[in-house]
Amino acid sequence: MPLTFAEKILAKKAQLPKTVPGQIVEITPDVVLSHDNTAPIYGLFQRMGGVKVYNPDMHAVILDHATPAPSTKHAENHRVIREFVKEQGITNFYDIGKGICHQILVESGLALPGEVILGSDSHTPHAGVMGAFAAGIGRTEMASIWAIGQIWLRVPESMKITVNGTLPIGVTSKDLALYIIGELKADGALYMSVEWHGEAIGALPLSQRATLTNLMAEMGAKNSYISPDQLTFNYLKDRARRDFEAIYPDENARYAVEMEYDAGTIEPMIACPHTVDNVKPLSEVKGTPIDQAFLGTCTNGRLDDLAAAAEVLEGKKIAPGKRMIVIPASEAVYLAALQAGYLETFLKAGAVIESPGCGPCMGNHMGVPAVGEVSISTANRNFRGRMGTKESEVYLASPAVVAASAVAGEIQHPKDI
Amino acid sequence: MANIQGRVWKYGDSINTDVIFPGKFTYTVSDPKEMPQYALEDLDPKFAGGVQPQDVIVGGRNWGCGSSREQAVVCLSEAKVGAIIAKSFARIYYRNCLNNALPAIVCPEAVEAIQNGETININLKEGKIICAAGEFNFPPLPEAVMEIFNAGGLIEYTKKRLEAEE
Ligand code: SF4
Repeated sequence: MPLTFAEKILAKKAQLPKTVPGQIVEITPDVVLSHDNTAPIYGLFQRMGGVKVYNPDMHAVILDHATPAPSTKHAENHRVIREFVKEQGITNFYDIGKGICHQILVESGLALPGEVILGSDSHTPHAGVMGAFAAGIGRTEMASIWAIGQIWLRVPESMKITVNGTLPIGVTSKDLALYIIGELKADGALYMSVEWHGEAIGALPLSQRATLTNLMAEMGAKNSYISPDQLTFNYLKDRARRDFEAIYPDENARYAVEMEYDAGTIEPMIACPHTVDNVKPLSEVKGTPIDQAFLGTCTNGRLDDLAAAAEVLEGKKIAPGKRMIVIPASEAVYLAALQAGYLETFLKAGAVIESPGCGPCMGNHMGVPAVGEVSISTANRNFRGRMGTKESEVYLASPAVVAASAVAGEIQHPKDI
Repeated sequence: MANIQGRVWKYGDSINTDVIFPGKFTYTVSDPKEMPQYALEDLDPKFAGGVQPQDVIVGGRNWGCGSSREQAVVCLSEAKVGAIIAKSFARIYYRNCLNNALPAIVCPEAVEAIQNGETININLKEGKIICAAGEFNFPPLPEAVMEIFNAGGLIEYTKKRLEAEE
């Protein structure tokens, strides 16, 4: 029987010949991810009677949500986590400033084809960019895996999204993802495994593929998968932490939903307040005044994102009275952007550059908006209150559009500044 | 656990975790016993004072969307809500329900038929809902999940498994 990616990998992990959607399997994941929430999970683990974690090598603990600590309370939280990883012998620990957890998993060769990654963060599907099965889970169940090494998973229905053709110049995978979320809505892939197929996906660099798998969390997906290809294997060559075996969906697998799109018809898109599925073409929202532009996050804080923004900002200035915040997704991205001269471009344009992490993405610190202000951001969420105050608005767009809007002081197309 | 009989509190589509348990309390209220008094505060101010053990919440599509905060489940399980029936659940919310031994039932037909305020019966073992408009079936909970239910939730379940290993 032909199987989808999700059916196949969960069958393999559960040591079954096959699985069907709706079936419950018990498996041991290859990687479990936790971030600043490691300390509360540790509390739950102790309440369960846990003393030693099941397998320290399974863990990836990455501090990113409020780093460097904005308050004593946050610092205490970080301290507890540092003690925890030491005491448990967890070596995959990334302290403040190393980068955003989803970016680090990929960069450090911990997200591998054919493996199962579970994270106590809703954007864990990001790691599916490497051909892994990656899904977000709750804190209690994370604590339970730490204790017993196992978890129940429901085998998801699968959705096949085929994208043919070529994206027009200046249109990115962010625009493609927003377009699809606008069409299928926030629950369009609820509980499903979203597989990406088609020549337009194969033509994307890895970093832009990651934007797609990352954003599927906003369509309700359990996980999202892109077939590993030569690009993936080259990237992993000196990076992969272990040997791995890629898993591909079967040719005639059965999908609950199949969608087809033509990349050539996609234009720059914007997600408008206050939901990610409230998507409009840039042409319809052009001219909306903004106060702050934010370039960063796990969705669009990588080197080519910074490059696209730097190209727009070269020789230009942020509009008077407006602000722009830049946060590279990781230390490696930061260094590469420095060497490529992008950071100089940002500084000269008047932007503020901050250390790698989540920053204001979920309203923690380092540039949250004031009451009544409007932000345009490269992030993945714009729910009311997401950036800190309910009385502000967040628009989501691609890096080049965010940069152009910072220069114009209003939502703007890069070619019009 | 197998049979539930309770009064229905019916709500609409896309009820997010912010209105089920207000975000402003996520870091200030940490004792599960205190959580029920804030349940559904921004959606139905009458709920917290009026809910009785075994009452059933009936919701539309994508119940529990938004953040993954577990308090949005605990505030209802601690209020001894018998079950939530919805057209669909946000994924992490669904998992949080089962892990907190709160039955989450997907049954769109029943949601259409059930009236607010009526008393309904649910048989979890057989996967059956009985309401004024008739009888509706849903797939019974799988065994692995039933074990977590019978232990009283994932914390207790894991505790037992750890003890058994020693
Ligand atoms: S950058 Fe934003 S979306 Fe990504 S992990 Fe951090 S808080 Fe979550």
